[in-house]
Amino acid sequence: MTATAPADQPTRAGSAGVLSAKRPLGDRTFQIVALAAGLLVLVILVLIAATTTDQSTSWFAKEGITGIFSKTWNPTANQFGALSFLFGTAVTAIIALILAVPVSLGIALLLTEVVPRRWARPVVYVVDLLAVVPSVVWGLWGILVFAPWLQGIYSSIGNFFNGVPVLGNLFGPPTDGASFFTAGIILAFMITPIVTSLSREVIATVPTMDREGAYALGATRLEMIRGVVLPHSQGGIVGAVLLGLGRAVGETIAVALVIGSSATITSHLFAPGYTMPAVIANQFGEATGVWKAGLMGLGVLLFVFTIIINVVARGVVERSARRGRGA
Amino acid sequence: MHLRRRKHGATAIAAVGGALLLAACSSSGSPSSSSTSSALSGTLNGSGSTFQLVYQQAAISAFKSLQSGMTVNYAGVGSGTGRTNLAAGTVNFAGSDSPIPSTDLPLFKGKTVLYFPVVIGPITMAYNLPTLTKPLQLTPAVISDIFQAKVTKWNAPEIAAINPGVTLPSIPITLAVRSDSSGTTANFSLFLVDSSPSTWKLGTGSTISWPSTAHAGSGNSGVAQVVKSTAGAIGYVDYSTAKASGLTFASVKNKDGNYVAPSVAGASASAAGVTVNPDLTFHAVWGTGATAYPITYQSWDLVYAKQPNANDAKLLKAYLGYLLGDGQKLLPALNYAPLPSSIDSSAVAQLSKITG
Repeated sequence: MTATAPADQPTRAGSAGVLSAKRPLGDRTFQIVALAAGLLVLVILVLIAATTTDQSTSWFAKEGITGIFSKTWNPTANQFGALSFLFGTAVTAIIALILAVPVSLGIALLLTEVVPRRWARPVVYVVDLLAVVPSVVWGLWGILVFAPWLQGIYSSIGNFFNGVPVLGNLFGPPTDGASFFTAGIILAFMITPIVTSLSREVIATVPTMDREGAYALGATRLEMIRGVVLPHSQGGIVGAVLLGLGRAVGETIAVALVIGSSATITSHLFAPGYTMPAVIANQFGEATGVWKAGLMGLGVLLFVFTIIINVVARGVVERSARRGRGA
Repeated sequence: MHLRRRKHGATAIAAVGGALLLAACSSSGSPSSSSTSSALSGTLNGSGSTFQLVYQQAAISAFKSLQSGMTVNYAGVGSGTGRTNLAAGTVNFAGSDSPIPSTDLPLFKGKTVLYFPVVIGPITMAYNLPTLTKPLQLTPAVISDIFQAKVTKWNAPEIAAINPGVTLPSIPITLAVRSDSSGTTANFSLFLVDSSPSTWKLGTGSTISWPSTAHAGSGNSGVAQVVKSTAGAIGYVDYSTAKASGLTFASVKNKDGNYVAPSVAGASASAAGVTVNPDLTFHAVWGTGATAYPITYQSWDLVYAKQPNANDAKLLKAYLGYLLGDGQKLLPALNYAPLPSSIDSSAVAQLSKITG
């Protein structure tokens, strides 16, 4: 299990395409099953992309590029512009990241660098428990308990900033418990576990020698974290954040319940809005014709965006990994 | 709220129990009541309107005691999806709160689809004004102004003029609307189109572009929750949910000029006062009649006239015959309205058009 084993395996896997008769039956069966499983994922992905695109062609054809990125979504008037949903998706995801990333990194650093290992375990369990709360439970709690409670806070913040330039436009009235900001907070709760646990794992891979070296040079704990831990784990952390972003962009039912379901574009973060997954979930049951095609089309756009996010995430991770090796 | 829901569940169970009893009576008393004569076996699948769902569930369990060899399934997936499923041939019947829209007709490839109206129900104007001592009265014109945010305060002169002797609070009106697309929204907006065509500008459909100040809730219970938790709120909520949530609702001025509170009898009266097309499509909103409650909606079961085999045709005739016959007796206990006898008898007559 030293140097020879890993060097040997790639050549075996490389020749797997040719199923030589010399191999035992079990081995060949395993190869076929593994190959089929791998291809299945690809086939499913392509089928989803093909059918949703096919079903949404009438929307793309009717609205055109300008129509798709127009503001008005009004099924009764046969207008299907998706801009307000793109806006809502972006705004809620950004709010979620702004709230969740510092907290998640804080927890991850606390667990790896500050508290002793035996105290870290219970904290890890609690954070991971957040991840097993089903999203519909987040949504129901959000709309029945959290949003009414936030409404009071939003009102006082709104009154405080009323008339103040910029801040008044962001946080001033009108305020509503079900809003962009409430959805952002709920999303922050939901993505905190994934960002935390991925960052924690990445940070844990920082070599002990590097840490000890920094301490030996007289670095304080903060200097050691800034000089050794963060540069080493930068790529992994960015990857974790982007995976959290992917989750926030695609989250459906929790957002559908707390966003307020109003297809509007506004600078007011305490006003009701709408996101792409939420409108699909809310309107699909009764949709017909171009309307249904439009919802399918939103699905396609969402699909494209998540692919872009993932490709970018991968790129960032790889680039910083290369830089890490070079340094 | 949970307690209330449970209570509502209890009434449903009681209703089912009652239905079983009824079924037992009819089978022992008079063998003439059609479908009991021959034993049928097979499965019927239906999906669609959630408005029908409670009735379908009660009827399915009651029907089981009449035809133990038959299994009926109904999934509440929304009218639009139900119709798509029927077109795709994955279900035997679809529940829908509105007729097939013209844009969807090509999906059915020219095959004849029969409409069987099965249930009627009032939509209430539920409000949250705890200080009010008398029930609120509303006219279609005022409802249209309120839901377009033209009237935004409860003590506005338009509302005060039709509520003499009532002290209205000086608080803003909060609109409670549906976040999901729904037959309730479609029929409520249809009522506004029919009753105040000159002032209502938002059109009709299962999703409406409400004023951006509106608070949206998911499902009838979501809207009920918004109304319940917000002082000064008003929303459109189906009657059974409004009753189960303990909401107060307004009396609405009908076509004959009387203020009528929502009730099962008022809904049947409104449906009796509308014109029914030969294919049995109609709008139960804005019907004539002194006691008619004007915001009333309806739901159909849609089936193909030509069934793939004789057994399917038999099964559908038996089940739809039950929904239009003894099943109607279950409705008042579930806070739905039975069909007026004129519509019911033409629907029963239409059963013969289902062929195998």
